[in-house]
Amino acid sequence: MATAIQTHGLAAIEKAFAQAKTEKRAAFIPYFPIGYPDYATSLDVITAFAEVGADIIEVGVPFSDPLADGPAIQAATQIALKNGTTPQHCVKAIGELRQRGIQTPMVLMGYVNPFMAYGYEKLTADAKKFGIDGFIIPDLPADEADDFQKLVDGYKLGLSYFVAPTSSPSRIRLAAQKSRGYIYLVSITGTTGAKEALPEELTQNVAAIRTVTQHPIAVGFGVNTPNQAKQLGQLVDGVIVGTALVKAGGKSVDEARSLAAALRNAL
Amino acid sequence: MTTMPTVPDARGYFGPFGGRFVPETVIPALEELTAKYLEMKDDPDFQNELINLNRTYIGRPTPVTFAARLTEYLGGAKIYLKREDLAHSGAHKINNALGQALLTKRMGKKRIIAETGAGQHGVASATAAALLGLDCVVYMGSVDMERQKPNVFRMKLLGAQVCPVESGSKTLKDAINEAIRDWVTNVRSSHYLLGSALGPHPYPMMVRDFQSVIGIEAREQIQQMAGTLPDFVVACVGGGSNSIGIFYPFRDDANVELIGVEAGGHGIESGEHAARFADEKISRLGMLHGTKSYVMQTEDGQIMETHSISAGLDYPSVGPEHAFLRHQERAEYTYATDEEALEAFQLLCKLEGIIPALESSHAVAEVIKLAPKLSKDAVVLVNLSGRGDKDLDTVINALNERGE
Repeated sequence: MATAIQTHGLAAIEKAFAQAKTEKRAAFIPYFPIGYPDYATSLDVITAFAEVGADIIEVGVPFSDPLADGPAIQAATQIALKNGTTPQHCVKAIGELRQRGIQTPMVLMGYVNPFMAYGYEKLTADAKKFGIDGFIIPDLPADEADDFQKLVDGYKLGLSYFVAPTSSPSRIRLAAQKSRGYIYLVSITGTTGAKEALPEELTQNVAAIRTVTQHPIAVGFGVNTPNQAKQLGQLVDGVIVGTALVKAGGKSVDEARSLAAALRNAL
Repeated sequence: MTTMPTVPDARGYFGPFGGRFVPETVIPALEELTAKYLEMKDDPDFQNELINLNRTYIGRPTPVTFAARLTEYLGGAKIYLKREDLAHSGAHKINNALGQALLTKRMGKKRIIAETGAGQHGVASATAAALLGLDCVVYMGSVDMERQKPNVFRMKLLGAQVCPVESGSKTLKDAINEAIRDWVTNVRSSHYLLGSALGPHPYPMMVRDFQSVIGIEAREQIQQMAGTLPDFVVACVGGGSNSIGIFYPFRDDANVELIGVEAGGHGIESGEHAARFADEKISRLGMLHGTKSYVMQTEDGQIMETHSISAGLDYPSVGPEHAFLRHQERAEYTYATDEEALEAFQLLCKLEGIIPALESSHAVAEVIKLAPKLSKDAVVLVNLSGRGDKDLDTVINALNERGE
């Protein structure tokens, strides 16, 4: 079903949130890295996410020193690196997924050094060419990203900056002003996959962001179960799940598919 | 030469190097740290407390020793050693650890997180924590724990919790990753006591300032002893804290040449080294651990594993101010191989009765090459950044391998 992709980049991301909103639910945003447990399986897992109704998919680019990630995603991306996965493979993987007919918006999530080595110009140009809609870079804060941001804006792509529980009002304003698409709210202080119950302060964090922007807010880090997703979905515009899906995808495509379906249906 | 510009700027940039490339969660902590540090820099109570502890606890000023027999043996320039090996806990690392530990108390935090390679910064942090009554956790690669066993035991005796790091190359860079992960998680209660002149702003500036006591003292001492400023100042460069500490107070002395010595490992051609400035094929501008500088990396931007006989120099990036000094052509950077460092280690033991750290032995190795080429009037000041007791196992094994 090689249908032409109707919208691309920032517009596609905005459309996905608008669609979820008309259905009176939060957007479901799963994460999975390319190359884990191997290249072919990672593409099949991402395809399964699209089939069960993911609204946006965050596609991980493995990095040797992933300091924002907890043990599960670290282990998975190190296996992906041992499998020879490069940023080039990740970009091409999205091209392959588009050829399979997947129209779900896809954003690349990775660390700044591999993206810099790839070249910001080439990366954003390739985004257009291969069907990447946007970027998330945990170690590129909004006040260090001017070069990259210009290119992203030039190509009308998405770019999500982070807001953390520790963020001051001025940092929240900066993230809101510079984000294109959605704001990535980190639920807890910590790395991906941390296990604590979702904190009460999250409600205050969301309220603080809402006072300065109308951008959709998606929450990630530490969302593991459909029940958590359901609760969060009533508070924010998007729910991001990484670690739990990576663990499931490491076992089989079917496990990842059924967990993704359960998460999607909880919203 | 004109006076060097004041660096870093308000955003932590040393020319094109430096900055703050870290997860958002710790940015507020970096802002708080920057503000508190700048406040304390001008606070007489804080400075007096630091000066007093430097004197009564660390044993500062550390002496400068004229290396008479080494000078005679090499037959050229007069060689002087700045004796950071005599600082309490055995290396220059305590200068920064104590400064930051005092700052931790002023921020009302009770726990410090540290990373360590050779173990010297871990020991220094554990020491400062014991002195000031702070909890201390030290992350250390399991490979480094194996090659620096005495320091692991020291940290434990000093009351620190030592956490082995099993990810990646299991050395310093992975210990820093793990320390940052702990910090991201416990940022409200803990201070990250980073041990070198790298990482996100304000660390490169703050660590330099705390370590500048080395150069401030040495600049005065050498003028008293030699009657002149040195022609060369030589120091080893891992992350670069001992070297920036001795270089910085000489930066505007146009006739003083600054030479940083990186770890040449098995030689540049072998690819097994940590000479970030010597290998253009694999060392390019990049971001690691929050700062933009030279980084040893693959074409795809994956960080490479490095090699050095000395754990303290075994790191794929280098402090941004060193990149800047090189960019400005204010300092030169060279390297010494494992083999050369071992020779220098033994020579200093035999000729001066000083067992140097393997890190510092790299600086001595450069002096062995440099001094004979200079006139007898020339003066070379070497930063002997630490003592070598921690390295005895490594040296015994290396000498056994060579059949000595």
